[in-house]
Amino acid sequence: MRAGSQASERRPSVELIRQWLESVADPEIPVLTIGDLGVLQDVRWEDDRLVVTITPTYSGCPAMQTIRTDIVATLRARGVEPVQVLERHAPAWTTDWMSDEGKRKLREYGIAPPEGRPASRAVLFGAPAQPACPRCGSRESEQLSEFGSTACKAHYRCKSCLEPFDYFKCI
Amino acid sequence: MTINKQQYRYLLRLGDNALVLGQRLCEWIGHAPVLEEELATANVALDLIGQATAWLELAAARRGDGVDADRLAFHRDVMDFQNVLLVEQPNGDYAHTIARQFFFDAFHYPLLEQLACSQDEQVAGIAAKAVKEARYHLRRSGEWVIRLGDGTEESHQRMQQAVDALWMYTGEMLAADELDQAMLAQGLGADLAQAAKAWQGYVDEVLAEATLTRPSQKWMQQGGKQGRHSEHLGYLLAEMQFLPRAYPDARW
Repeated sequence: MRAGSQASERRPSVELIRQWLESVADPEIPVLTIGDLGVLQDVRWEDDRLVVTITPTYSGCPAMQTIRTDIVATLRARGVEPVQVLERHAPAWTTDWMSDEGKRKLREYGIAPPEGRPASRAVLFGAPAQPACPRCGSRESEQLSEFGSTACKAHYRCKSCLEPFDYFKCI
Repeated sequence: MTINKQQYRYLLRLGDNALVLGQRLCEWIGHAPVLEEELATANVALDLIGQATAWLELAAARRGDGVDADRLAFHRDVMDFQNVLLVEQPNGDYAHTIARQFFFDAFHYPLLEQLACSQDEQVAGIAAKAVKEARYHLRRSGEWVIRLGDGTEESHQRMQQAVDALWMYTGEMLAADELDQAMLAQGLGADLAQAAKAWQGYVDEVLAEATLTRPSQKWMQQGGKQGRHSEHLGYLLAEMQFLPRAYPDARW
């Protein structure tokens, strides 16, 4: 028992670990961290094991596997083991969880950040969103395809500067 | 059947629909008519396979004998699959792929809307995530039905042929059998009569906008939910399951 309590005194605080983990980058949009995205949900100690909970952006998001591996590697480099990474589906991830900082970084990277409220029933067959072009800022944009380079993005073209761009969909 | 066995079979239906349709869509990779559609098709497939993983993991947990989602996906035979016949139909031309997708999405979205309110918390959690994806799929497939139906003479004709050809596979999704009724009574499952009403609404709206004729055929093909499949599913599974069956110890 005594050895256990000494171990818990030595172990880093949950707040510090959160700071470390918030810098883990998304493998597909490397300017964003899992902190910016709101993917990182919970960090807690269960006895001498660290349990990290993440919420996938999309059910089949292939980045989740890499994110899990990166979380474990980041913690191992800081001497934290063993680590268990859990995936939690409910409540479902929403673009509302993306930080303002994350949205700014996305725009600078050339991806239009999500705008407005998640789509409702009423807009099921309505006109698609008209996000501002991340390069010239014009709202004269048109959707080319409902999906871009990943499941979380749609493909657009700016009618002012004629550049194509990805739009991070609002869900 | 015990309650867990019933739940297992119901969850298999949800998982198998997503898995089989996801696998079908993957067949377009490298062959889609345009690059944007190839990406879109692959992304829809990815969403569906992700959903299938979640449903099959839950099914495996309810079965409770140590099987996992991969075992269920790759080591079951064709008669043990519980998906509806619609999703196993071949891709055909792009109009067939779009018609199949639209008929399924128009069912999947209202189904998941209800399941997101299931009294079973785990079912509700998976559905609440998946419903956002299904809504987007419905939007996309509906727009394509309209674009092709109300397009050129040839695209209109092909879209109408696809709608007519797949119509007889739409009935079984919307008709509740004993298992559907039992799951509804337990508070876990969805009311298919309600989902059918929503389906009719979406289909009527989109077909009218697409200048397509709603088929008048009443007879509906059934059996997928009970494990009686068309010959197409066996070929799909042979391709999908070959590697894990031939090399059961293979690791990714």
